[in-house]
Amino acid sequence: MAETTYVRTEMLPPKPPPPSQTGVVGWMRENLFDGWKNTLLTLVALYVVYALLSAALPWFLHAVWDADSLNECREVIKASWGPEADGACFAVIRDRWHQMLYGFYPQELYWRPNLAFVLMLVALSPVLFPNLPRRMLLFSLVYPFLGYWLLWGGTMWAPVSWALGFVLGYFAFVIVNDRGGTILAAIAAVIVPLLWWFFGAGPFADLVQSLIPISLTDVESRQFGGFMLSVTIGITGIVGSLPLGIILALGRQSNLLMVKSLSVGFIEFIRGVPLITLLFVASTLLNIFMPPGTNFDIILRVVIMVTLFSAAYVAEVVRGGLAALPKGQYEAAAALGLDYWKSMRLVILPQALKIAIPGIVSTFIGLFKDTTLVSIIGLMDPIGLTNAIRANAEWQGIIWELYGFVALVFWIFCFSMSRYSMYLESRLETGHR
Amino acid sequence: MSDLVIDREVDRSKMTVSEEKAVEMIDVNKWYGSFHVLRDINMTVHRGERIVICGPSGSGKSTLIRCINRLEEHQAGRIVVLGTELTSDLKNIEKIRRDVGMVFQHFNLFPHLTVLENCTLAPIWVRKVPRKEAEETAMHFLEKVKIPEQADKYPGQLSGGQQQRVAIARALCMQPQLMLFDEPTSALDPEMIKEVLDTMIELAEEGMTMLVVTHEMGFARQVANRVVFMDAGQIVEEADPETFFTSPKSDRTKLFLSQILGH
Ligand SMILES: Nc1ncnc2c1ncn2[C@@H]1O[C@H](COP(=O)(O)OP(=O)(O)OP(=O)(O)O)[C@@H](O)[C@H]1O
Ligand SMILES: [Mg+2]
Repeated sequence: MAETTYVRTEMLPPKPPPPSQTGVVGWMRENLFDGWKNTLLTLVALYVVYALLSAALPWFLHAVWDADSLNECREVIKASWGPEADGACFAVIRDRWHQMLYGFYPQELYWRPNLAFVLMLVALSPVLFPNLPRRMLLFSLVYPFLGYWLLWGGTMWAPVSWALGFVLGYFAFVIVNDRGGTILAAIAAVIVPLLWWFFGAGPFADLVQSLIPISLTDVESRQFGGFMLSVTIGITGIVGSLPLGIILALGRQSNLLMVKSLSVGFIEFIRGVPLITLLFVASTLLNIFMPPGTNFDIILRVVIMVTLFSAAYVAEVVRGGLAALPKGQYEAAAALGLDYWKSMRLVILPQALKIAIPGIVSTFIGLFKDTTLVSIIGLMDPIGLTNAIRANAEWQGIIWELYGFVALVFWIFCFSMSRYSMYLESRLETGHR
Repeated sequence: MSDLVIDREVDRSKMTVSEEKAVEMIDVNKWYGSFHVLRDINMTVHRGERIVICGPSGSGKSTLIRCINRLEEHQAGRIVVLGTELTSDLKNIEKIRRDVGMVFQHFNLFPHLTVLENCTLAPIWVRKVPRKEAEETAMHFLEKVKIPEQADKYPGQLSGGQQQRVAIARALCMQPQLMLFDEPTSALDPEMIKEVLDTMIELAEEGMTMLVVTHEMGFARQVANRVVFMDAGQIVEEADPETFFTSPKSDRTKLFLSQILGH
């Protein structure tokens, strides 16, 4: 009997884990040549990589950066690489990069979009990176008006008086909330600014401008183009559609029948209509509804349409996040005495949005790429510009270089968004589930 | 449904029941669709009472205590909590929820917040306590439930028993006058059940008014001053623990006790 019992007399010390693979050869054997199937796949993959490179590399290596026309490019390539050689003519980008970036924006004013872009990054950074000082958010609030002024110019008092509308709305809310309750206050917070924008803002700006004139040279929306246009539409659309999408998602979950049906109706209508249709509505139909003589800026109209379009998608993605939360989270928040808005803001949305990050970012990437559709209604986005450039005698027939450049810049933007979303997800990871 | 033995003497010096009513339910009825889940419930809880509610699964225990802080709405009868009647008036509901703490079977901690933030959220945003003070209170209660060292961790990094103790601390940070527990130990392993029950006993020893839905009959014997037995949406029997366990009157109670205690 005694032989069968076992008592450990000494506790085992911890040992280091086994070394992973040793050396390059070991790694290759493990990952590339592990069995005949794997080896075959590796060889096929190697061949594909070789075929791609042997086709594309010479094209890049023979590239010409300095020429005035496509024909000149071709001659340079033939002269240095033989009559059969093919090569890229990046000279077109060197020649026209400013157009690709700024469209027909006046050259001497390029500093304005440049400054606006840098300030935009400053304004976005506290939103994107929560460890930056919270006080920077004040600048983020001011930026939309500042950015508008820098890009379009005109009197500074116009954006200031629009901003004033929001301030008035805020005060209307606070004052009415004290007397008549939240619902009345919300209505006042909408009506007061609208009245101001329609009747007060214009005269006010004119008046102050005549007293203290501060203005920049006007630039018309028609002169906007290139990536500047894409970024303007894209970022405004993104910044506008996130809050709108969240509100729509909450509206869709609401117990109030009116709020719910309005949200559902809006979301389903927008999702059921192609963006192109909305853009055509923006470019042509909207003018019919406007009182004659009003000048409703085309870029503003497009931005509104793009924002509404992606808000509907964001709303559905956020709804998915909301639905993924266990009911217990709502109950725990309620049981602690948090009211609806507080529990949404502090408990529900932070978690739902975290779940929804990949979907939201996908929507935004889609939105950003969809900004190229504005070329169809005659705005000079990068795609529209490539057509314009190819219409020139010097650059007729050039394709890959221009589209490749457009694709590369878009890819850089979209890839950054995708990396950012992964950064955000890992930052918000708190080890649950 | 373990019958854990509580291995220490429970200090009853502060367990005093006052005349003042904490909860009063009068002819409360509730339906889920056409299913009559609560039927003519009449129950009064005085301040300082520790009431254990038990009964078979689906008998309406959770529904009953969730009506007290309006997580469920009753359709007939009256419920008065801490002097305020529950109606559809949101102001009253929020007032009652501020003063009534609740602990859930599945803890329901907020996974995106640290333990400390879980405990300070409601005091800061609902009671408008300054952050500093709220954190001090939170640490006080975390020490009380014996996990102050976990304050900066996230709930996902804690064991079930620790999470439930955080949930209790979170509720206590609102300085509630009444605590509701809905099967606080049913999702836990036996060794963790004990640590949570210990915490609840200490709370009872300080004179907290408690309504506890549980199958821990050891807890009911030692701590409760009244046991309420529910079946099919009705209160079937109500007695002090001694009478309830030794001489139950109703056949349903006898059947339930024989099943749960395994005699
Ligand atoms: N939201 C709901 N809709 C419809 N029926 C429900 C709902 N919630 C609970 N019920 C039903 O009401 C009855 C009582 O539920 P309740 O959760 O109060 O029981 P319980 O006594 O707490 O049971 P358990 O011990 O299993 O937790 C059950 O039959 C249940 O199926
Ligand atoms: Mg239950």
